[in-house]
Amino acid sequence: MFIHSNITRHLVFTSCLVCFIFLQSFSTVLYVGEKEQFSSIKKALAASKAGDTIIITRGTYKEGNIIIDKPVCLLGRDLPVLDGELKYEILSVKSDSVVIKGLQLQNSGRAAMNDPGAIKIYDASHIRIEDNRLQNNYFGIFLQYATHCIIRNNTIKASQKEEHQSGNGIHCWKSDSLQIIGNRIYGHRDGIYFEFVTHSVIWRNIAHFNLRYGLHFMFSHQNAYITNYFKGNGAGVAVMFTKKVIMINNTFEENWGDAAYGVLFKELSDCYLSGNRFYRNTTGIFFDGSNRITAEHNTFQANGWGMRIQANCMDNKISRNNFMGNIFDVATNGTLTLNEFSENYWDKYEGYDLNKDKTGDVPFHPLSLFSVIVERNPPAMLLYRSFMVSLMDKSEKILPSLTPETFVDKKPHMVPYDI
Amino acid sequence: MRRILKYVILDIIKNKTVIAYTIMLSLFSWGTFALEDNASKSLLSLLNIVLLIVPLMSVLFATIYVYNSSEFIELLVSQPVKRSKIWNALFTGLSISLIIAYVAGVGVPLLLFSDTGTALIMIAAGSLLSAIFVAIAFLSSILTRDKAKGIGISIMLWLYFSLLFDGLVLFLFFQFSDYPIEKIVVVLSALSPVDLFRILVLLQLDISDMMGYAGAVFEKFFGNQWGLLISFSLLVLWIIVPFYLSLKKFKKQNL
Repeated sequence: MFIHSNITRHLVFTSCLVCFIFLQSFSTVLYVGEKEQFSSIKKALAASKAGDTIIITRGTYKEGNIIIDKPVCLLGRDLPVLDGELKYEILSVKSDSVVIKGLQLQNSGRAAMNDPGAIKIYDASHIRIEDNRLQNNYFGIFLQYATHCIIRNNTIKASQKEEHQSGNGIHCWKSDSLQIIGNRIYGHRDGIYFEFVTHSVIWRNIAHFNLRYGLHFMFSHQNAYITNYFKGNGAGVAVMFTKKVIMINNTFEENWGDAAYGVLFKELSDCYLSGNRFYRNTTGIFFDGSNRITAEHNTFQANGWGMRIQANCMDNKISRNNFMGNIFDVATNGTLTLNEFSENYWDKYEGYDLNKDKTGDVPFHPLSLFSVIVERNPPAMLLYRSFMVSLMDKSEKILPSLTPETFVDKKPHMVPYDI
Repeated sequence: MRRILKYVILDIIKNKTVIAYTIMLSLFSWGTFALEDNASKSLLSLLNIVLLIVPLMSVLFATIYVYNSSEFIELLVSQPVKRSKIWNALFTGLSISLIIAYVAGVGVPLLLFSDTGTALIMIAAGSLLSAIFVAIAFLSSILTRDKAKGIGISIMLWLYFSLLFDGLVLFLFFQFSDYPIEKIVVVLSALSPVDLFRILVLLQLDISDMMGYAGAVFEKFFGNQWGLLISFSLLVLWIIVPFYLSLKKFKKQNL
């Protein structure tokens, strides 16, 4: 009986395998190129059926708007160029299970009405966009109502000078379960833009020198951002109106300017930040109306403000972070403190540790008097490093009167954490 | 005039105070650069020291020197030399020797450890600052014949420029925080050479982005070539005006 059932199972499996191979043999490979079977991609697409592979060989193709409406695999051999001549959306994907790989897409149309992208996905799932090079497009990769898509190892570059002339590098709207991995985005308006995108992973991307934000999302719950690198974006990274975000091991660097932030958190809640590095930003993190955020093991180094927490934030836990070489470690605009600081390393801490447990014996008040003054009256920054200000700060440290008493790290760490 | 200048400089170089001053400055600067691994941070610490010590030393030393050489001055006045030449030579000699001390003490490590642009600005502005406080010392020492009073005036002026003035500015900030006072503050900051020096160095460190609107106004005013030129000419003006006033008084003074 037992052996018998095993044999049946084998039989079923084998027949399935045969069926699968049989189906496979039906799908064909179509070649596009000057000396190939098809001279244009559109012709090859028209001749193809679901499951076919279209291989595009080297050359430049100016075919206007190409609509992919069946599940095919579009592969480029030796990086063929698809040119939108600054008039057309290059690839419009309107079917599930499409693969686009190894193409160079350039000069997409520019229009503020219908937002043409180099690749735009309409209502589709299980799309893979891999190893493409996108140059000088309006929007790079545009997803709307897309689910279960993978966008991997694309290089996306634009060279517009003004924000309003440029679209976003990777733009996702009302999408779910995306994987955005290993892309490089340069010179677009926003590097990565999410609105209503959920359950997605953003991993190992580099967004640098974009005109506005490196990363910008709103209403995009339960996403994870891991090991991304944001550098020199016009206004840094701004994320808003979102719950349950995880940010691990990201780097936010060189976002310097009046309105630039390493990260701006506006109305974010229940988030977890760990192992991120904030280096040389005007403001490392700016918390505005953000609640229940845990930030641990992050490094804030050489920023203007390491962290600015507005008084409308509560129940945030800031623990075991390194604050090093910032002009101001923290600043706040009120006297009420509803956030918890503990076990951080502060390079401005001047206390002692008698029992050598690496925890300082005196509490540390990270809020300097001068930072309170500057928060109320920004032009007072003019007096930075003046003798009088140093004197005031010192006396405030000894006898706190103007800075809130509750803004305190009771267990400051004596040595920096190895992060 | 050249001969008097030579005497003055030789006399000051023999003076142990200036040598000690040079050594102290170089100890501070080498120390801060060696202790701190972050060059911009040590630059800021050095800025703090320079802002405090250079004006104090210049103003005190010059005042005391002028009072101590009153007999030498009287002797020179009895000779067929113009009074303005004597006063000029004395001032130039004192300034040059203090500037040499500053450049030797602070300038060398600055050039070695920080970037050249910032170092040059700090050296130039610091040298001017030395000369400015020598000029201020000349003014205060000519105001009164009493040595103790003269030194008192010098110290008061130093205290005013390095401490009280900033307090006043901060007070104004808070009193007039409802009004757009950014432009006025830019003008106001030119009224203290110490502040001018500090701001010149701070602008090298991108601090203006943290000041909001005021920073933008500031960057626009001081951040470009013209701003640099204007602020340096303001510093030079800070030498000329007190010195000219003292010279005018010295010419008529009954010694």
